[in-house]
Amino acid sequence: MKDFIIPDRDYGTPAAKSDVTVNLLVDGIAVSVPSGTSVMRAAAIAGITVPKLCATDHVSAFGSCRLCVVQIEGMRGTPASCTTPVSEGMVVHTQTEDIARIRKGVMELYISDHPLDCLTCAANGDCELQDMAGAVGLREVRYEPGANHFARRDAEGPNPEYRPKDQSNPYFTFDPAKCIVCSRCVRACEEVQGTFALTIEGRGFDSRVSAGMFSDSFLSSDCVSCGACVQVCPTATLIENKVIEIGTPEHIVKTTCAYCGVGCSFDAHMRGEEVVRMVPSKDGKANRGHSCIKGRFAWGYATHQDRQLNPMIREKISDPWQVVTWDEALDFAATRMRKAQADYGVDAVGVITSSRCTNEETYLVQKLARAVLGTNNTDTCARVCHSPTGYGLRTTFGTSAGTHDFDSVEETDLALVIGANPTDGHPVFASRLRKRLRQGAGLIVVDPREIDLLKTPHMGQGLHLPLRPGTNVAVLTSMAQVIVAEKLYDEDFIRARCDWDEFLAYAEFLLDPRHSPEEVEKLSKVPADLIRQAARAYARAPRASIYYGLGVTEHSQGSTTVMAIANLAMMTGNIGVPGTGVNPLRGQNNVQGSCDMGSFPHEYPGYRHVSDAATRAIYEKAWGVPLSPEPGLRIPNMFDEALAGRFRGLYCQGEDIVQSDPDTRHVTSALSAMDIVIVQDLFLNETSNYAHVFLPGSSFLEKDGTFTNAERRINMVRRAMTPKNGYEDWQVTQMLANRMGANWDYSHPSQIMEEIALTTPSFAGVNYDLLDREGSVQWPCNEKAPLGTPLMHVDGFVRGKGHFIHTEYVATEERSGPRFPLLLTTGRILSQYNVGAQTRRTDNLVWHPEDILEIHPSDAENRGVRDGDWVRVASRSGDTTLRALLTERVAPGVVYTTFHHPTTQANVVTTDNSDWATNCPEFKVTAVQVSPSNGPSEWQEEYRSHSDQSRRILPAAAE
Amino acid sequence: MSHDSKLIRMATQMADFFRSQPGSPAEAVAGHINAFWSPRMRHDFVGQIASGAEADPIVKAAVPFIRVAESA
Repeated sequence: MKDFIIPDRDYGTPAAKSDVTVNLLVDGIAVSVPSGTSVMRAAAIAGITVPKLCATDHVSAFGSCRLCVVQIEGMRGTPASCTTPVSEGMVVHTQTEDIARIRKGVMELYISDHPLDCLTCAANGDCELQDMAGAVGLREVRYEPGANHFARRDAEGPNPEYRPKDQSNPYFTFDPAKCIVCSRCVRACEEVQGTFALTIEGRGFDSRVSAGMFSDSFLSSDCVSCGACVQVCPTATLIENKVIEIGTPEHIVKTTCAYCGVGCSFDAHMRGEEVVRMVPSKDGKANRGHSCIKGRFAWGYATHQDRQLNPMIREKISDPWQVVTWDEALDFAATRMRKAQADYGVDAVGVITSSRCTNEETYLVQKLARAVLGTNNTDTCARVCHSPTGYGLRTTFGTSAGTHDFDSVEETDLALVIGANPTDGHPVFASRLRKRLRQGAGLIVVDPREIDLLKTPHMGQGLHLPLRPGTNVAVLTSMAQVIVAEKLYDEDFIRARCDWDEFLAYAEFLLDPRHSPEEVEKLSKVPADLIRQAARAYARAPRASIYYGLGVTEHSQGSTTVMAIANLAMMTGNIGVPGTGVNPLRGQNNVQGSCDMGSFPHEYPGYRHVSDAATRAIYEKAWGVPLSPEPGLRIPNMFDEALAGRFRGLYCQGEDIVQSDPDTRHVTSALSAMDIVIVQDLFLNETSNYAHVFLPGSSFLEKDGTFTNAERRINMVRRAMTPKNGYEDWQVTQMLANRMGANWDYSHPSQIMEEIALTTPSFAGVNYDLLDREGSVQWPCNEKAPLGTPLMHVDGFVRGKGHFIHTEYVATEERSGPRFPLLLTTGRILSQYNVGAQTRRTDNLVWHPEDILEIHPSDAENRGVRDGDWVRVASRSGDTTLRALLTERVAPGVVYTTFHHPTTQANVVTTDNSDWATNCPEFKVTAVQVSPSNGPSEWQEEYRSHSDQSRRILPAAAE
Repeated sequence: MSHDSKLIRMATQMADFFRSQPGSPAEAVAGHINAFWSPRMRHDFVGQIASGAEADPIVKAAVPFIRVAESA
């Protein structure tokens, strides 16, 4: 295990950005800093610590505690160093007799209203108030006992100023008795998170931190439990419950969050092999010290009692599980896979790599398919989320990835957010975007639902285009028409970077009246005027960026929509400079990485087609076996082939296809038709109900490796504890491969990365030493870009000229009609993550215990549905029941739900429609009917009983 | 929906995209199928069209450009 001690000091105020350098003297030490820097920060840079309480470099200076006062030659009095900017030639003294007296007096006042239970306090050893009392040499408090906020009782009875602890949040405690009202928490909630849930109520001695209204607790307030307030609190007022329970951590392991595609860097604060808390890293280049509820708090699943730690097998899926040794399980799995190939052909088996596992693990699973099983039947969960991004951006720009880093959002003048709900799905990015919106950047949201981003405080008016699900292409093409018709395009950019004649052909295509806002209004229900306003705002903004999510890709025209997005960016020149770009918000932590690592059946790592002889030669040499030049099966094709009796075996690592893939019945019938299904996971997930072999997996806290986030950033994942199941996931894959004759002998994931770098041009410069040194790098990372590439397509597109693709709207086959008059669309919620296997095994259930159906009040009234009623949602694929929430966030004709809970199983309802180019399922549009119901559907009853049957485990045989 | 009609449906979706692109839509559909479908899927699909399955004219015109491996 590696420990990292990185000087993570607090400079007191945030860094200033300026090209002008200012020189000053602090306590006789010369220091040069950018103009706009505070005296406090300049002193810190000079290595001098100025005492402080209300200042922290997470938030802007406030100047309330008066502890950081200094003397500056030529200036009167004792200014606060946090709020005083530097000036040329300034001479600063941070320690004088006058200052020492003032500071001691300030501390004496603070301590006079603070309990002195330091020894038993949860912040003991990690308390800035304690540190400052020491720093200023406070030795006595001269004030007589009097009015205070900390004593429960005084001589006369209960203390009217005392407030009990707020323990409503399951992850942290608010103890008002210890609060010094520095308002760091209030400012972090505003400036860092952007939620504005906290405030200071009252004035003077009556000032108190308050979550929401007087009657609110932290849980009932707007608080989203991101942990920013807890992180900045200098005392034990806001503190993690785990710290209260366990004590002070003793070492730190720097790692990467395993939830969404933002890929936040975290410091795992450990005591031995136990995580005490996860704190977002200030030097994390994706998150810049911020976190959300999931990464910060919802990691308890890693030690949940439901985790299966032993390999298990069974002859038939109707049998109970039998716990066996690793040898027995691996032999059973290998023998059955080989038998399926012997009986039905080499291509009768396949693998699914995991977008939750590391790059190295993913690489090995696809290598197992291609080099050991001898088939290109490998796919990954990206199939069901961002495969259209890969296809669309590769066709238009030349690379299957987003163009910018997250830092770029700080320079954008307008963000166009399409089919994404960042405050729930990508919360840390959302906070960074909100910060920019509060500074005045414009916002356009194209989404069937009124998402929370539109309700950003202090933002100004955002434009919302509430389109009918399935009409993305029509709306974006119409926006392009407006840009062309009104000549708002960037001719210089197009001439220089794209093919002008091709643009003219696209312009001619666009100018057809069928793409006019008026025509598109009929299909999309978006008022023509709104389409025009959005097009003009996007084209006219000096730097406009596009961020999109699965509301773009998970459609029958997902790939076309991605190309329409790329066209908009190209025609307006919004590529290649900070603040612009086309940025897919990736769903899972390593969706980008799993795609990069050759998980798709048609391409090797680095997006090189299997039919390319030169690439194949590289791998044939590296792996020492002949390789197939033919594309293999994608996940939906595997299911179809299984039902045709020709696909018989599957090795599925870290993906719960039964819950996450569309048309559940189709998936379960396909799995039931196979001879061998091997599931490798932390838990007995829904897919394991149809498996013959269960191989226990390891959590991200238990392994070394890398994840690649939505910005192409390769982040280190570091082992913080021993795998509870005995092996890291790559080791399990290696053991399975070796049972089938592979002879692999990797002893550490760094060796796998060496192989990746050796065989993949865009990863040629990547190695663990570089990642340890730099923290992270963004691919391409090679000779041309030794430290990686934050911004792509700066001087030219990777493919040469940018490619305009015609984007004709084709209505999905999934249309609402008399039987199924409503359109169902799906999404996720902040506190839960995808199939919920992780978050449902944490206290996040407090926020979201069940999936609910959002329905417009008029649609509900027509059906006699009241708020909170059980309703049945039926499509041509199946039906399920859940409870209804009446809301105007969805338009009439549209209903919405999440898919986090296996008992509701939204995917029983979704269909097998898919994207024309990639077979990415059309999750976002399903024609449904909603009717009142009084309980679980027949399917749900059956499923529950089948699930209970499938999860039986026989007691281990006596040794 | 049966396996047979699903392949044709997928090809039709491709035709719907490529019919508005410059160039030969039939060749483009075939190119996409060659790049992304397994040999067996291509074999089945060509067989279905050959045995007279109903399909969009572009889909039918794509068939001669589809690579069919001998072993499939």
